[in-house]
Amino acid sequence: MLKGRALKLGDNITTDHIIPGRLAHLRSDLSELAKHVLEDADPTFASRVKAGDFIVAGNNFGLGSSREHAPLVIKMAGVSAILAKSVARIFFRNAINLGLPVLICDTDNIDDGDELEIDPGQGVVKDITKASQLTFSKLPEVMLRILDEGGLIPYIKKYGDFRV
Amino acid sequence: MGKTLAEKILSQKSGSDARSGDIVIARIDLVFAQDTTGPLTVRQFQACGFDRLANPEKTTLFLDHAAPSPNRSVSNDHMLLHQFARETGCLIYDVGEGICHQIVAESLAKPGDIIVGADSHTVTAGALGAFATGMGSSDVAIAFGLGKTWFRVPESIKIVVSGKLSKGVGAKDLILHLIGNIGADGATYKALEFGGDGLANMSMSDRFTIANMAVEAGAKAGLFPADRVTKNYLRSQGRGDHYQPLSADSDASYERTINIDLAAIEPTVAKPHNVDNIALARELKGTKIQQVFIGTCTNGRLEDIAIVASLLKGKRRHPETRLIVAPASPQVLLAAIRAGYIQTLVEAGAIILPPGCGACLGLHQGVLGDGESCLSTANRNFKGRMGNPEAFIYLGSPATAAATALTGEITDPREVM
Repeated sequence: MLKGRALKLGDNITTDHIIPGRLAHLRSDLSELAKHVLEDADPTFASRVKAGDFIVAGNNFGLGSSREHAPLVIKMAGVSAILAKSVARIFFRNAINLGLPVLICDTDNIDDGDELEIDPGQGVVKDITKASQLTFSKLPEVMLRILDEGGLIPYIKKYGDFRV
Repeated sequence: MGKTLAEKILSQKSGSDARSGDIVIARIDLVFAQDTTGPLTVRQFQACGFDRLANPEKTTLFLDHAAPSPNRSVSNDHMLLHQFARETGCLIYDVGEGICHQIVAESLAKPGDIIVGADSHTVTAGALGAFATGMGSSDVAIAFGLGKTWFRVPESIKIVVSGKLSKGVGAKDLILHLIGNIGADGATYKALEFGGDGLANMSMSDRFTIANMAVEAGAKAGLFPADRVTKNYLRSQGRGDHYQPLSADSDASYERTINIDLAAIEPTVAKPHNVDNIALARELKGTKIQQVFIGTCTNGRLEDIAIVASLLKGKRRHPETRLIVAPASPQVLLAAIRAGYIQTLVEAGAIILPPGCGACLGLHQGVLGDGESCLSTANRNFKGRMGNPEAFIYLGSPATAAATALTGEITDPREVM
């Protein structure tokens, strides 16, 4: 069970919003890079985010580049899951590969600051603030297994190969 | 039931009867990373405990995104990648040796291949009939080590093009028009497969431009059949033996079909800050532009530079509009020199950058100032993309870019032809 606070973002948050190309020179200095998480979407995000918080976004979250640094800096900021109405393909796979859950659900009625409780196994998000609940679509089996192991690297270290 | 191009290629490389929605494990014919994604790929490869590449001859690193390096930390990343190449025996293309997707197109990709790259525009090679897609550093690191990866076989959307583009209208206008219509998530998780009698009129350069931007509609791949145009291109690159004909079955099943009459397309521009935010170039007349950037994996080929040179010959850029041109590879640059295009461009007031990604991603070589606007032939106009979140990026064809450089405002190229 995951418990935390919703940090609300809009539609079409690009990988450049999350971590722009102009900071590519910091990609081998991750702790420095992570200070800039989402700064072009919400300059207050880095100071507001607390361990365990959820990103709650609209459509097409993470569109753009293949840079795995995008989900990586979000994870380093302490975000425990991303909820969005839809997610771009490469970002989706990258987040799961880093052990960061991505849940596809209708986020319209969740507001910034709402307290949420997520049961990944049951596919249910409870909005404690609003006393409401919604469901999310189940991930493909292969992604669930990668997530269960904490990401792709630990998964391959354990199994040595893909098990599909 | 017949198969789409995506199903055909994934069936062959996974040794199974792959159908959309299936999860398959497929062998990889080419895997690569570039200088902004490569260092993390190398670290993930090492973290996984691999000590060798599955196929060094099918593994490539490219130093193109910051070429030559603008600062010390990127230089150190370049050193890390050179070190990895020395240790593992993979191929490496150094700074100045071209944009990864252009080199893959010129020298490496074949019809029927599966290609994964740590760069979202890996989809470019779909123009040659390769199932090519971008992935992150962890996936690519595992592909380095295992020589295979998993795929969800995508549903395909068929794009049927008919007729011929009008004078002054290019492949870039077509793909911007399509993305504007289906939206920046209109093909998420899916393959765009191009067909129709209009393909016979499309050069490989046109096809690379279109496939390149498939990802801007969210697509996993942008696929073209391998036909006579493909065959002639591979032959011209000294790779005639890499050709095999490849097409979707006539009874393949598509999620939907979109018909496009090429003659109806007009010069099209994507406005800030999303690629699907399109307008016609003529509707944006009067929009002042401080920088025109021509190049990138989308439009940095010889055909693109030829169009620009033909529009700028004997003329001079607008005094308040910088003009920056980056050929996509040394092959393109040399051919442009031989054809006299580079001289024409320099005489018109252009700055010529070395082959590479140049100003596209905001690291260097053309970072925009606060409030400035750029008309770029690249593929992304996201906020902050060219190094400044206070700047504005418009995307257009090489012809629109050249016309805009002449007038200093967004201009329909048909007005200056």
